[in-house]
Parts: sequence; C-alpha cells; structure tokens
Amino acid sequence: MSDARTSILTRLRASRDAHPVTVPPSDFGVLAGMRWSPEERLDRLRTMMEAVHTEFLDATEADWPAVVRDFLRAEGVKTLLHGTPIAAALAAAWTPGAPERIAYDQPVEGFKERLFTGIDAGITTTLGGIAHTGSLILWPTPEEPRLMSLVPPVHVALLRADRLYDTFWQAMTENRWSQGMPTNALLVSGPSKTADIEQTLAYGVHGPKRLIVVVVRV
Amino acid sequence: MVDAAAHTTIDFAKASRTALADQQLRGNFRRAMDGLMSKRAVQFADSREWHAMRALGASVRLRALSKLPELLEKLEENCTRNGIRVHWASTTAEANAIVLSIMQRVDTRLVVKGKSMVSEEMHLNAFLEEHGIEILESDLGEYIVQLDEATPSHIIMPAIHMNTKQIAHLFRQKIKDAEYTEDVARLTDLARRVLRAKFAAAEVGVSGVNAAVAETGTLCLVENEGNGRMCTTVPPVHIAVMGLEKVVERLEDVPPVISLLTRSATGQPITTYVNMITSPRKDGERDGPREVHLVILDNGRSNVYADAELRDTLRCIRCGACMNHCPVYTKVGGHAYEAPYPGPIGKILVPQIEGLDRRGEMPHACTMCNACVEICPVKIPIVGIMGRLRAEAVHPSSAVKDAGARASRTEALVWKGWAAANASPLAYRIASGLAARLGNMAPSSLPLLKDWTNVRTKPRFAGRTLHEMAREKGIADV
Repeated sequence: MSDARTSILTRLRASRDAHPVTVPPSDFGVLAGMRWSPEERLDRLRTMMEAVHTEFLDATEADWPAVVRDFLRAEGVKTLLHGTPIAAALAAAWTPGAPERIAYDQPVEGFKERLFTGIDAGITTTLGGIAHTGSLILWPTPEEPRLMSLVPPVHVALLRADRLYDTFWQAMTENRWSQGMPTNALLVSGPSKTADIEQTLAYGVHGPKRLIVVVVRV
Repeated sequence: MVDAAAHTTIDFAKASRTALADQQLRGNFRRAMDGLMSKRAVQFADSREWHAMRALGASVRLRALSKLPELLEKLEENCTRNGIRVHWASTTAEANAIVLSIMQRVDTRLVVKGKSMVSEEMHLNAFLEEHGIEILESDLGEYIVQLDEATPSHIIMPAIHMNTKQIAHLFRQKIKDAEYTEDVARLTDLARRVLRAKFAAAEVGVSGVNAAVAETGTLCLVENEGNGRMCTTVPPVHIAVMGLEKVVERLEDVPPVISLLTRSATGQPITTYVNMITSPRKDGERDGPREVHLVILDNGRSNVYADAELRDTLRCIRCGACMNHCPVYTKVGGHAYEAPYPGPIGKILVPQIEGLDRRGEMPHACTMCNACVEICPVKIPIVGIMGRLRAEAVHPSSAVKDAGARASRTEALVWKGWAAANASPLAYRIASGLAARLGNMAPSSLPLLKDWTNVRTKPRFAGRTLHEMAREKGIADV
C-alpha cells in the first residue's frame, strides 16, 4: 500500500503549500499556572478520586505491607498478584491467614487462565499522582507487567505522598517523558466504570471493580 | 452492499419525521443531552480557564494541521523505530483489506474491538463477518448496539437512544441464560462475564486512536471501562485505526487535548484510563501484544485538507459536545442522520467524505443557532462551514465531492427573480404590492410554498406593504 502513502502525502503537501496556515503560538500558561501546595495536592487528588469510588488507606514507609495485608485479609481477598520490586517487602510482613501471594514472573501466555479466573487482587507501585485530575501515573515494566492493574477485580496501588504533581503536563515535561516513552504509560483515575446504560454509573465493567490507593507517607 | 448504498441519496427529512414521532426516543435523548450539557458546564465553570484551554487546544490542532504531511511522516518514522508497523489507506476498502490481511496471516477467528468511530466509517464489522471472522464490540454501549444489530446513535455514548428497560429486554433475548433485570449494576456485570472470556480468547484486538504523537510515536486512547486496555494488551496482535488528522506534534500537546476532550464529552475531569502505547511487547516484558499495527486512513480527508476554509473540519477531536448541544440532534437523535458521525460535526464532515449528491441534505439539517460553535473546544467554525457546503451543493466546483449535485434551475430562477425585484424600486413595489393583496389567496399547495407549509402554518399577509404604511405615517424616502 505504499501507493496510498505516496498519493496521500503528495496531496497533503501540495495543499499545505497552496494554503499555508499561520498558527497562533501554543500558550501552556493555563496548565503551568495550575499549582497547589503539597498538602493541597494530596487533598485534591483524594477528593477527586473518592468522588469516583476510589478507596484510600494511609500508611508509612515502614508499615505499608502490614496495612495492605490487614486490609486484604479483612476484605476476604484470597490471592494477591504482585511484581518483583515489592516482593521482599510483602514477604517480610506476611503472616498466616493473609492472602496467598502470587508473583507475575512469567509471560502471560502460560498464565492467562489463572490471571483471568484465579486472582482476586493485584498490587502495583506508581510513578506518582496528579492533583489536577486525581490520577495515578503507572509505567508498567517487565517486573510489574501491564495486566496487573487491569485484570484482577481489585487493584491496590502504592502512592508515595512526596510524588505528587500538579498536572499531567507538569509530570511529563519535568520528567522529560518525550525523550523516552515506555511500551505503555497509563493514567488511572479510579476503578473501571461505565455510564453506557442510560447514563447510570456502574463500576467494574471490564477492569478492576475496586481501586485501593495506599498513600505512603515518607 | 456498501457500494450500492453509496449511490442512494440519504433522505434526512423522512428519517427525522419518523424519529420525531417516537416519543420514547425523544425522551431518551432529551434526558441524556440535558445531563451531558449540565455536566460539561460544571467542568468549564471558570470561564477564564475555559478560554485559555480552548485557545491552547485550538492552537495545538491548528499547528498539527499546518504541518500535517511532515507530522505524519515523523509519526511513521517514530512508530516504525518503536516496532509499530504503519499502513496507509486511501479508502475504507483499502483499510479493510489491510486489516483483513493481518488477521488472515495470524489465522484469526475472534477479534475484540474497543470503541472506534473510524472502524464504523469503514463498516469493519460487516466486512470481517463476510470473511468469517467474529468481531465483538467490547465497549458496553457498542456491545449493546451490536447485540441489537443497530448502529451507534452518538459518537461517545453509542446506546444513548435506548433506556434501561429496552436494554434489559435485549440482554434477556440475546445473552444465553440471562435473567431479566433492570438493575444497571447487574446488567453491567452480565456484559463483564460475557466479554471477559472473549478478551482472554481473542487473537486480535482493534482500537481507535484519540491522538497520535509524532514526536514519540505514541498512540493515546482514553476510556472508562478498561475494555480499551484489554483490547490493546491481552490479544497477541493489536491493530489501531486512525483518521490521518489525529496526529499531534509533541507529547506535551496531549494533556490539553485530552482535558478538553473528556471534559467536553462527558463532563469528567479525566477518563478512568488514559492509555499511551509506544511499542509492542519488548524482550523480557511479560504481557502486551507482540505486534502493533497502525492503519492511517484518508477516506476523503486529504480533499477536505485541500480547501483552506473546509480544512478546519479536521481540527475535530471527536468529543461529541456539538451533538449534545444541538437542538436538531437532541430532537431527532443520531440514527436519523444515517451516518457514522451524526450531529453538527457529522453535518460538515460526512458530506465532504461521501459527497454532496448522497449527503446534500445534511448541511441543511441545521438552524444555524451557533450553539455548537460556542462550545466546540477547538473552535471549529461549524456553522460557517455548513453555509459553505450549502453553497457548494448548488454550484459545481472542484472543492467538494459532487459539488453542484443539488443545483436546481427552478431555485436558481427564483433567486434571480428575487435579486432583480430587490434591485429595482418599481419591480419591488409591484411585487410586494401583489404579494400583500393576493398572498392570502395563494393555495398552500403551490410549488416552493409547499415546502414551507408542509410543516408550518402559512403566514398571513397584512394587506398593505410596509412601504405603504410608512408613507401613510409621513416617513419620507420610502
């Protein structure tokens, strides 16, 4: 179909040259000007995410594995999918009666059946949060694959309280995302939802039914 | 089937009369559009922020169009470097053939699809089914519409024409072992159960693209349900289809576009998921598709681009706010347009893609109230373009496909007469005098007059012209 490519581009170039457009400058000041103090950022993120049924747990650097463990046990979660970055921290805090820990340490092809039918919850880290829209930033890695935050009915996300940004724009420009994007980058702003039936909100249509954000204070 | 349909003229007037008579449908739309309008208004309550964001959004889209050929090449170059295979299609038939050949190569039987309006434009589902491939819509609204063997009535909320009761009946009829329930949570759960198994089993996932970033070769998708992430992550092959105007120059152009899109569309500050895909699964990664394909579709867009005024049509970010605020769309609903894109943006885009012979009526389905222009987040002069297309429809030119298709000798003569009467004081006096004295005697069934009186009461003439009355009052110079 390289014919299509040539003909499309040739036509577009001829038209563009015949009618060039003068473009007004893009003033990002409206986004750059959205600023909050660190405490306001967390409050805002929490308020916005709670408005779409996200649940919050408070923890510290020292006790978050125990907070997660106790919460999951209380909720009757039987199996927890995790990646390698936090495997040791979870293992150290685990006690009998807590959910079975399952590592996502193989390609999905050999694991799909179990992933779709036999896992209650998945836990992931995040790169931070966004105050403006109430969003978590996730960059899945080989150690924390993409489907961990999507397939299990409960997604537990660890959010460090000192990694909060004002806006999506600030997060991507300050960290120079444009110099190297990962295979998949995500913003997650709540549990899966739909309003496709008569505009009535329902949660947990295809992705997680519950999103639990564990705020880790440093 | 599709080709035969391409030669028929779509009769919007007739379809809209049927829609207007359907009180259920009108109620469903009225409620939905009122809800969407008020939610959007809350999002943009700060008018300074609205004007600044809108100016930014418009500049991002204009800048992309000002460099369109270069940006598409750069997008291709960066996607290719990232491992995404890029395909170009001049027509929907070419795009369908590309998609089919990928699917046949990997011996596909089941495909899951995330919401994509370009795939509606391609009639992809029907095409694949003709070739024995099952394609399942996974967005809940699209799934409902597919079960109902219908088409979407709104670009953002495809099943907005149906109420819960109607959907409850549909699920009961079409889903195996489904109980009858009007509980939305249970209906949603039913769809979840059916589709989960399909996500796990599908060999290919198809999606649209909300914005493609030339700078990084990244495909951005917004959604609430997680079905978009499923389609683009679980199956071994992901095929994304996009209209060629969807490119933006830089990654930092994405936040304003997405913010304007989600807030305008459904009044949400952001969708649950913003999914940015930059490559297929890399070595060592444990999930994600092994192959990612991007199909860039023209289908008349390069023609739209050729005209300096009509080009603004391509700024659109498909938020659907123009539909939600359109007094015509709200009354007749999406199906009356019989087009993949209904409402104001459809009325300017579809006639340019499909031609004014088939779609010449569409730009007339507008009261020119300007509501769509006021709320368009990228400032598309929709009503101006609507007027231009009305003119194109009656004057042969090369600017728009089938321009001049609606030219009528009678109409041209009437306007010529009108112009002559208004240019000569004597002719004007005679004509208006005759109309004043004889107008009330003219039967409603007269040609031309009939078009007015079909749906409106015939106006009553005053008996004397305005000029005569003014002269009686002693006003000079009339």
